[in-house]
Amino acid sequence: MTAEELLAIAESERQAKQQLKYCVHVCSSTGCASSNSEAVAAALQQHVKEAGLQQAVQVNMVGCMGLCALGPLVEIEQVQVQGGAPPTTVLYQSVTPADAPEIVSGLVSGQAVQRLRLETDDPFFTRQTKVVLAQAGRIDPERLEDYVADRGYQAVFKALTDMTPAEVIEEVTKSGLRGRGGGGYPTGLKWNTVAKVQSDQKYLICNADEGDPGAFMDRSILESNPHLVIEGMIIGAYAVGASKGYVYVRAEYPLAVKRMKQAIRQAERAGFLGQNICGADFSFNVEIRLGAGAFVCGEETALMASIEGRRGTPRPRPPYPAASGLWGKPTLINNVETFANVPGIILDGGEAYARVGTEKSKGTKIFALTGKINHTGLIEVPMGVTLREIIYEIGGGIPDGRKFKAVQTGGPSGGCIPEQFLDTPVDYESLSALGSIMGSGGMIVIDDSSSMIDVAKYFMEFSKEESCGKCVPCRVGTAQMYDLLCKFSAGQATEFDLRLLEDLCDLVKNTSLCGLGQTAPNPVISTLKYFRDEYLAKIKKPEEAFGVASTQAEHPIEEASQ
Amino acid sequence: MSPVPITAEPVKTFKIDGQDVSARETESILQAARAHNIDIPTLCHLEGLSSTGACRLCMVEIKGSNKLLPACVTRVQEGIEVVTNSERLVKYRRMIMELIFSERNHVCAVCVVNGHCELQSTAQKLGMDHVRYPYLNPQLDVDASHERFAIDHNRCILCTRCVRVCDEIETAHTWDVMGRGIGSKVITDFNQPWGESETCTRCGKCVNVCPTGALFEKGKSVAEMAKQRQFLPYLVSRREAMIE
Repeated sequence: MTAEELLAIAESERQAKQQLKYCVHVCSSTGCASSNSEAVAAALQQHVKEAGLQQAVQVNMVGCMGLCALGPLVEIEQVQVQGGAPPTTVLYQSVTPADAPEIVSGLVSGQAVQRLRLETDDPFFTRQTKVVLAQAGRIDPERLEDYVADRGYQAVFKALTDMTPAEVIEEVTKSGLRGRGGGGYPTGLKWNTVAKVQSDQKYLICNADEGDPGAFMDRSILESNPHLVIEGMIIGAYAVGASKGYVYVRAEYPLAVKRMKQAIRQAERAGFLGQNICGADFSFNVEIRLGAGAFVCGEETALMASIEGRRGTPRPRPPYPAASGLWGKPTLINNVETFANVPGIILDGGEAYARVGTEKSKGTKIFALTGKINHTGLIEVPMGVTLREIIYEIGGGIPDGRKFKAVQTGGPSGGCIPEQFLDTPVDYESLSALGSIMGSGGMIVIDDSSSMIDVAKYFMEFSKEESCGKCVPCRVGTAQMYDLLCKFSAGQATEFDLRLLEDLCDLVKNTSLCGLGQTAPNPVISTLKYFRDEYLAKIKKPEEAFGVASTQAEHPIEEASQ
Repeated sequence: MSPVPITAEPVKTFKIDGQDVSARETESILQAARAHNIDIPTLCHLEGLSSTGACRLCMVEIKGSNKLLPACVTRVQEGIEVVTNSERLVKYRRMIMELIFSERNHVCAVCVVNGHCELQSTAQKLGMDHVRYPYLNPQLDVDASHERFAIDHNRCILCTRCVRVCDEIETAHTWDVMGRGIGSKVITDFNQPWGESETCTRCGKCVNVCPTGALFEKGKSVAEMAKQRQFLPYLVSRREAMIE
């Protein structure tokens, strides 16, 4: 495909849309799909047909609109407007198939259905800055043309025809983009390292093995805009000189897998993947690999072992993937959201990108807001907004009149942040300083009805179940910590158990082989730091505890005679 | 180990526990330390097999860095100052030993390798005289279906030496690991009884590299099983000579 052909597609899409009066967007992401949005779309389609409005109204399945708590969401976008008034959009919440006739007749009369209406001037919508998710919920993720109509694949043309790989890396470096998988490693630096290595073969991996409980950022991006990720991958591959790419996505995301597969086929047919992409001397192919349900495979060395067909266990680094990755070849591995940021950086420039965010954390970050919060859903905010803004303004606060207790960020690798730090800006450094991490973007809000010991226990059970079992501290340490937390939870713990628990946190954190073990104690460490009273309250009094303590007898080891 | 031979390979000089040492740049800190008679405890490591960095006993400190590094897989570097025996490392090693002992059913008094056991002697050397963590007491099988050998999973520490020697030296790959986390287990073929394995060559290398009494010869009673490891350095050096 040439640049002219691309623009021609974009233009014809725009013209086709201008013939319409309304576009009806129905969310088809997993959240809304699980509350029957497909039936809603079918009902709308049928009523549009019955009303004879096919020429004027188009019903589209789109990606995530964000406010998953109130799904299925339907957005009515007015395309043609009489008398020069600005076009309006109306958002409907919790739509059922039975609402379809009323919605369609509302399109004829021009009257919105008030009982379903969701105000779009709510802070949930107005306080977000959608960059990566700009097209999510507006375009049909299953149509390449929809993506192309909104500047899609122009960044690939720009990078491949106007820029050298070094210039692409320079632009990404200038943007200040950092790894969105949680580590926060500067993306430009990583790309540069891989680009510099001489090798006959290099690989690129998109890490979509999102596994934190309560996190669904990567899933939503893949479901809502798979071409954006592919475009980022093509640019990354061009920058570092990789000819083969893999999307490693967990099999538990069937819709994301389906859409990604479809998008790869479409991109191949349009010539964005394959030989001599955009007429440049550059070839790149992408394949999907499915993860079989192991959290540890999100760790890059375990992930690569899994792609190679081996048991998904991590290996010590160095060597880092940049030097020796997939099949021993230099490999660039980035997270879904990281790649999704790239097309925008190439089109608008790194400097424009760096204008959003804080000094060290640039751009926006997507969070999956869950737990005891009114607006459960997917949000995108500039780096540096405070936790309070996210929870109370965008998130709409805590339901049922309960009191905020803590927010858990970073999943099983992160920590719990109490109320006194709600004004902390959200960026990589600030969250680490509090003993948590940015992580990939899971944010679980906890209210005063929850016990922090139970929170820690829940995450420790997760880490214990997901430990690969290779190194001793993680394999046995997480099991022992889980048992100790159960003792606390049951009110059977002693002072001695608290010491054991703290010692184990220290050991597992400092001696485990990979990130899973090294961060597994974080939920315990942070709850011990900020909610120590809850642990102390569960410790038995010395006289009660005596019987328990005496079972911790000493077990001398037999003398070996060698 | 023999002292550093004269080769064209660049040599790095650095310090281990204050002592000036030198090593070829492809050598690990562990190799360098052992060549200079500095002891770093290990369990999963065995000279002649690939290193996995799994037991974490050989963790050392590098001055100026807070991060601990496994000596078995960390290459030497010019000018670094390695500490192998700080108070913190000693504490961690003892705790790791305690965790290993708490994991399965290690009862020396009834074990075939009592007195010849690496787990036992390492625990002694590290001064681990009691286990503070509750014993997990898992219910595990003994597979005695093989005509010559048996495996008692109660004594296995998942060091994967058997897996590596079978794959790397015997190239049969009879052994592997199944399950994950605390439920991991070494298996033969597709978790079939060892005696029914079609790939096992009955060479016994796995039995002899096993640091504990998990793998043993049938017919041996308590404390009668001593492992013979001489074959490994011999085979490895013969193979290297052939490649050269």
